[in-house]
Amino acid sequence: MGKLLRTVFLVDLFQGLWVTFRSQHPKNIYTEQYPAERPKVAERFRGAPRLNLNPENGETLCIACNLCALACPERLIVVTSERNEETRRKELTTFTYDTSRCMFCGLCEDACPVDALELTQDFEMASYSREGSIWDRQMLEEGVRPTQYKC
Amino acid sequence: MAESTFLDSTELVLNMGPQHPSTHGVLRVILKLDGEKVIGTECVIGYLHRGVEKIAENRSYQQFAPYVDRLDYCAAVSNGLGYCLAVEKLLNVEAPPRAQAVRVILTELNRIASHLVWLGTHALDIGAITPLFYCMREREEALNIFEKYCGARLTTHAFRIGGLQYETYDGFEQEVKAFCEMMLPRIDEYEELLTNNRIWVRRLKGVGVLTADECKEYGVTGPVLRAAGVKWDLRKAQPYSGYDQYDFEIPIGKNGDTYDRYTVRIEELRQSVRIMRQAVERIPEGPIMGKVPKVVKPPVGEVYVSIEAPKGELGYFIVSDNSTQPYRVRVRPPSFVNLQALDRMVRGGLVADVVAIVGTLDIVLGEVDR
Repeated sequence: MGKLLRTVFLVDLFQGLWVTFRSQHPKNIYTEQYPAERPKVAERFRGAPRLNLNPENGETLCIACNLCALACPERLIVVTSERNEETRRKELTTFTYDTSRCMFCGLCEDACPVDALELTQDFEMASYSREGSIWDRQMLEEGVRPTQYKC
Repeated sequence: MAESTFLDSTELVLNMGPQHPSTHGVLRVILKLDGEKVIGTECVIGYLHRGVEKIAENRSYQQFAPYVDRLDYCAAVSNGLGYCLAVEKLLNVEAPPRAQAVRVILTELNRIASHLVWLGTHALDIGAITPLFYCMREREEALNIFEKYCGARLTTHAFRIGGLQYETYDGFEQEVKAFCEMMLPRIDEYEELLTNNRIWVRRLKGVGVLTADECKEYGVTGPVLRAAGVKWDLRKAQPYSGYDQYDFEIPIGKNGDTYDRYTVRIEELRQSVRIMRQAVERIPEGPIMGKVPKVVKPPVGEVYVSIEAPKGELGYFIVSDNSTQPYRVRVRPPSFVNLQALDRMVRGGLVADVVAIVGTLDIVLGEVDR
């Protein structure tokens, strides 16, 4: 009898509807208004790569040891260097990083002995061409500057 | 033979997928129909084949770790754990206790995230849209913890061979505890929405029955096997990563139908919360990385390690030839094996139930095709 009444009065359906109504309060809004409201990514977020500079003299921290290129599973980093005859030290000439093949695993960052290569919190890396996603040394040092749209 | 007309033809062959939204990816099922009745199916897989096992042969052991995240992308952490455990066994090292506790927390968190995706999409297939939004809301909290811990949300690459790369962040314990507190009432909420709902019950009860014997014949594992009443969970049967220290139960079903698989998975969510609560209370102090050489070069040998992934038994078979790259890696994915049972479950049922049964198997095509 009780079961019949529950069926007739749609108790199971109202039970579910009540959950929906409980969640109607505006404080439960989860939507992020993306271009206007920037998401806060975590501190350890693995995003766009950056080649760090020494803050004191603006020179690159990279010692061209090639460890990142060896650690990369996709082998997308190419480092070239030349030996400075005066100081007998290797100096970085070019550094290419193919972001189109990168899967942001963070192995290059872990391999870097001097914290020169870093995966930053930037995540807007779209480009209009395939060539645009192959980053050279200058781009890696300056970082991405995505267009900011007003809305 | 008389010329057959449209009315005479009894068998209709229908392609479901690979773009069908309810096949959870790119599964193609060729259905043979007699009116509304399914008289046979054939699965066509391989649309998402990326040759991950072959890639492994050209990568070093550490380099291959990010690729396993892309097998079952709903449960990337579990995949990483299985791979790391396999290589650790090959190297004969063990992760330190602190690393093991953090691994347990993150894998259970991932189990919850994976089951939430399953619950949301399964309900969506059946016609209940609301649970999807609630499930994604809670999954977001879990993914936030992943992001804060290792810097990625989906393909996490959280574990390394021998332990962990990252120390837990400040407030990790509090956030996990808060997640557990938040999660239990939310699970009740899903149950309020679905468990007694008459449409849900009628769509699921008695649909896609797979008995215990049939499960064993097909080699089906995970919640599908447990729903048939077999108490088999690798976390209890062959504990790894310190699972024997935690107190939890294996939920089982009775009839092995789609409804039982739903109740088993819901109960698994609660048990995962229970394990996380125990684990977070006693994360031991100490190192997070075991003694693993910089260049991993395991001795000649082969190893098979399996863990209880959210979808079933996930195994890694690795053959080493004493070089820096594996000679062969074979993945035993739970989804691939569970998918075999689809034909048995669907046969004789209605075409509308195919969607419910594909959903209840909880397959991820990244894992089926590899």
